Amino acid sequence: MKVLVTGASGLLGSEVARLLVRQGHTVSTFQRRPSGVDGATDIRGSITDDAALRRAVEGADGVIHLAAKVSFTGRAAEFAEVNVEGTRRLVRRARAAGVRDVVFVSSPSVANSGAAIVGLGAEPADPKRAHGHYSRTKAEAELLALAADTPEFRVAAVRPHIVWGPGDTQLVERVLARASRSRLPLLDAGAALIDTTYVDNAASAIVAALHRMDYVHGRALVVSNGEPRPIGELLAGICGAGDVAAPSWTIPGAMARTAGMVVEKLWILAGRKEEPPMTRFLAEQLSTAHWFDQRVTRELLDWTPGVSLDEGLARLATYYGSGQP
Amino acid sequence: MYGGRVRAQCRNGGNRLVIASWPGVDPEWSRTIRVESTSTVDTPGTTRRWHLLDNGAQLARRGLQPVGTLLCVHGNPTWSYLWRTLLTAGSDPAHPWRVVAVDQLDMGYSERSGTFRRLADRINDLGDLTDALGLKGPVVTVGHDWGGVISLGWALAHPRHVTGVVLTNTAVHHPSDTALPPALRLALHPAVHRWGTTTSDAFLRVTHSLAEPPLPADIRRAYMAPYRGAGRRSGVGNFVADIPADASHPSYSALQGVSEGLRGLKVPALMLWGPRDPIFSDRYLKDLVGRLPHADVHRFEGAGHLVAEDRDIATPIFQWLAGNTEAAAIGGHGLGDSAEREEAAFRPLWDSLGKQAQGQAKGDTAVAEMAPDGSISRSLSWQQLDRGILDLAAGLREVGVKKGSRVSLMVPPGADLTVALYACLRLGAVVVVADAGLGTRGLSRAVKGATADFLIGIDKALTAAAVLGWPGRRVSVQDLPAARRRILGVETSLAALARRGAGSALPAHAVDADAPAAVLFTSGSTGPAKGVLYTHRQLAAMRDTVSRTFGIRPGSRLVAGFAPFALLGPALGAVSVTPAMDVTAPRTLTSRALAEAAAAIDATVVFASPAALANVVATSDAVNGAGHEALNGVELLLSAGAPVPEPLLLEVQQLLPRASLHTPYGMTEALPVTDISLEQIQAAAAESAAGTVKGAGNGVCVGEPVHGARLAVIPLAGDGTAPGSAFSTEAGVTGEILVRAPHVKEAYDRLWLTQCESAGLPGWHRTGDVGHFDAAGRLWVEGRLAHVVTAPGGVVTPVGAEQAIERLEEVRLAAVAGVGPAGTQAVVAVVETVTPYRKAGPAAPELAGRVRRAALEAGVGVSAVLAVPAQPTDIRHNAKIDRTRLSAWASHVLAGGRPGKP
Repeated sequence: MKVLVTGASGLLGSEVARLLVRQGHTVSTFQRRPSGVDGATDIRGSITDDAALRRAVEGADGVIHLAAKVSFTGRAAEFAEVNVEGTRRLVRRARAAGVRDVVFVSSPSVANSGAAIVGLGAEPADPKRAHGHYSRTKAEAELLALAADTPEFRVAAVRPHIVWGPGDTQLVERVLARASRSRLPLLDAGAALIDTTYVDNAASAIVAALHRMDYVHGRALVVSNGEPRPIGELLAGICGAGDVAAPSWTIPGAMARTAGMVVEKLWILAGRKEEPPMTRFLAEQLSTAHWFDQRVTRELLDWTPGVSLDEGLARLATYYGSGQP
Repeated sequence: MYGGRVRAQCRNGGNRLVIASWPGVDPEWSRTIRVESTSTVDTPGTTRRWHLLDNGAQLARRGLQPVGTLLCVHGNPTWSYLWRTLLTAGSDPAHPWRVVAVDQLDMGYSERSGTFRRLADRINDLGDLTDALGLKGPVVTVGHDWGGVISLGWALAHPRHVTGVVLTNTAVHHPSDTALPPALRLALHPAVHRWGTTTSDAFLRVTHSLAEPPLPADIRRAYMAPYRGAGRRSGVGNFVADIPADASHPSYSALQGVSEGLRGLKVPALMLWGPRDPIFSDRYLKDLVGRLPHADVHRFEGAGHLVAEDRDIATPIFQWLAGNTEAAAIGGHGLGDSAEREEAAFRPLWDSLGKQAQGQAKGDTAVAEMAPDGSISRSLSWQQLDRGILDLAAGLREVGVKKGSRVSLMVPPGADLTVALYACLRLGAVVVVADAGLGTRGLSRAVKGATADFLIGIDKALTAAAVLGWPGRRVSVQDLPAARRRILGVETSLAALARRGAGSALPAHAVDADAPAAVLFTSGSTGPAKGVLYTHRQLAAMRDTVSRTFGIRPGSRLVAGFAPFALLGPALGAVSVTPAMDVTAPRTLTSRALAEAAAAIDATVVFASPAALANVVATSDAVNGAGHEALNGVELLLSAGAPVPEPLLLEVQQLLPRASLHTPYGMTEALPVTDISLEQIQAAAAESAAGTVKGAGNGVCVGEPVHGARLAVIPLAGDGTAPGSAFSTEAGVTGEILVRAPHVKEAYDRLWLTQCESAGLPGWHRTGDVGHFDAAGRLWVEGRLAHVVTAPGGVVTPVGAEQAIERLEEVRLAAVAGVGPAGTQAVVAVVETVTPYRKAGPAAPELAGRVRRAALEAGVGVSAVLAVPAQPTDIRHNAKIDRTRLSAWASHVLAGGRPGKP
């Protein structure tokens, strides 16, 4: 099978491409930088470049679309251009090129209004309720991608929840950087139950979706390790693996959410590029539960996560050379 | 006449506009009908317009043939809206019933007649309506509040049609010697009445506010809708004014007609009650039960006057209808087939006691109480005990205690309690034994719910009774000074009653073996404490089971450190001594007090709760040489109420070196069920570790069934319930534990629904515990059915993982609970550490890791580990962890809420 992977220079994208190569598929990747995936053919280009996209999808049987603008800060128009219009262009080009299957890699935040998520399945994406430019534009993109689903041109959305692993800059590096500067508080004693996804599991679920399109096309599925943990313990595990002191100071979640909103606004007003010390999004992520009902996902994908949370932390420790936990 | 706003709506297209704002009502049900009135209040030929909710036409349209008709009559100041859930349920094709819920005249959306309709008119009105509807049997009436009286009045007037009556918070009789409830007195007061009921909507608002939990705004609005404007509320005021406070009232005789006529009503009756009702309190329920003794009664603890709003009444009503109209016994009454009962030679509970009093040992000590200084503070010989019982029984009979009277005994274990208990039993009275181990609130709830006719209590209990308004004529233990008697409302004392009855003989009457004898209470660790009703035969069977299983018989001498067994001593013909301790707090039993009590009678048997044993061990240094000698004579120790950890038993063995240590398993509903000794516990543990016996492990091993008991389980389904009726005794199959034995309870008291659930399999009692058998036939208890966690990988029973976690050195008590939606719950372990956490919250990551690994060894994947300063346990045993409460707390914390206290 010939598969195109967009956004394969990222942590998850490169893992997906590698897995497909290992499975013996003909893999090409599409992104601005080199993917660094052995055995895959790099097609360099931007998702905002229609002509480049047209070349990329040519001859592919399946497309796995990961390319997206992921950030806490940035202008709304940039997010819309990459995430919404990029997806629209890709879907259009893929269909025109006779691609049969598209897996759109999404995020549970497309259906998250900020309230605690306690054992829910994949709720419908809702751009109006999703918080922040990233989630809102991903929600729009997921809706338009799934709307294109037909028996002949099959589209499925997979939403891995908080992907992490060795080399991860989104969660692990942020946590370690903040913790080492004592900028990482625990909110409400860090009890909120959070599920996450070790990168290998996210990759294998995404690839499984491509193989199980008969069962999953037209649907969105949340993917996670299915091992919710209190956020405090999770952060301590990551810090332990990175050999950094775990956060020990606690502030009330409500206070942090308000403070995060204010700080975020001031930061943007001040025109600063680096990430603010507290954002509302971060405060919400750190203080409310996010865990999911994985039964339908596992049954439809005929898939279970291969790497447990503890095994993932051990691999992280090996990566950072701390040998812990 | 309709008020302006509503009239406008009605004229413009019927009721549709209005109905749109009645949540839960199908507009198709609403109809009006003109009915010719034959009531004396109206001039002949008058017609009245009624509004009804009626699903009859809808059923016909759908081609559903109703089983019968429910005729539902609301009270004041509600309307047919009250019964909407019954209409919904009656429209269900699975059990179609026509439901006719009326708006009484001057109420709801029925006509404002401009007349004052009294009770007799209203009963007649309802007859006029059913005539006009052509309503024929089978009809089951359903009533609430004063609608209850009217529905019963209709039932008495239509004996050919009525096949059952359902009542919710109502009353048919008010004893002339007691005052009306204060709230009613206020509403009737001339200064208040018109303003409170008609001019203002205060009476409506107050009534709606009685809902527990409060009514949602849209439902409150629907209740208020037909009563906007004083002109539409005259019926509300008249209803209140029609309550006959005494015999001079015009409606008194009509009410008498209903209340007395009721005694002849033999159709099945169901009473669903919300006890938190300032008007129709438990005493009115008791009155009704007296008139309809065959009624099935369920009290929804925590529900109030608007029980139809507070609880789902539709499900139980239709369940009851199914059982009573299809003659399919649903196990509510007369549990089990009587052929199963041990008919062989019933010996009443006091049989051995009487024989001892006439035998060679008659002068020997039968019961003794210890003083804190180690001396015997009081003792009675067998003869004295027997005489004391007969004297008191005679005295009690003279003040009115008779067969079926309920007598609440609030006296600590000892001679007085023993005498009072057996005196009541001999009269055929029902003893109500609620203990302080329920906590003040639980105790108060239990006592009120049991509606005792008499309350025999020590000073403290009488004070509580006076303050908390417990029912029953009050009898003190000792003579009290006149002033104190007045304050406490005490009529007489046990001492005075015994003097009064001195020397009398009880008339020779055979006790009815199958009549109720006692109401005991569950510990309330899984919801409010439940009253458990035993017959004389079942109490006697309990005695025989204890006697045969443990070999306790005349000649045995026992230290009674555990209340339930304390009362069995005299029944077993065994000498019993109460140690010096605060029986309301088992932890107050010291080793010295135990040794002194043992020494006083050369004890051979010790009964003590696990909490008491823990303290005995903790204070074991205080035993002197003589004490050790006395303890050395103990041959048998029984500890029940909660599992006893093996290490504790090993320490107890040090103190009682010659005793065989037994920890029977049982419950208030069946005690004991199984038995196991320390040696057997050790053997089971070894076999579990070695894996040599199939099914050994994962739970507390409680041994094999006691004499006469049979056990089985109903296997658990994936959703954590134990459905169906196929039971199993196969090794390793986890399910809800069932027990069948002659000493299983008769029924739950005034908990018809609970009884149906527990006795759904005829002859068996569903214990609500889960467990499994091993290949050696031993039972392993895995927790409570209500505490089963439904994780995505399958159901998780708590005890196995808890035991594994408690093996960690730093953990004192562990509880496993679930959070999240059923079927995909995350498992949470809550631990109380040896060095307690100061604040509740997530456990430190290191501890969490160890707990998680320990649980995983028991096969349970734990998501979160929380630590608490102290586990919430029941008061009686101080051992049963309230996992339901922990689960609710953990759900809050783990969703990101502030930890607070569990």
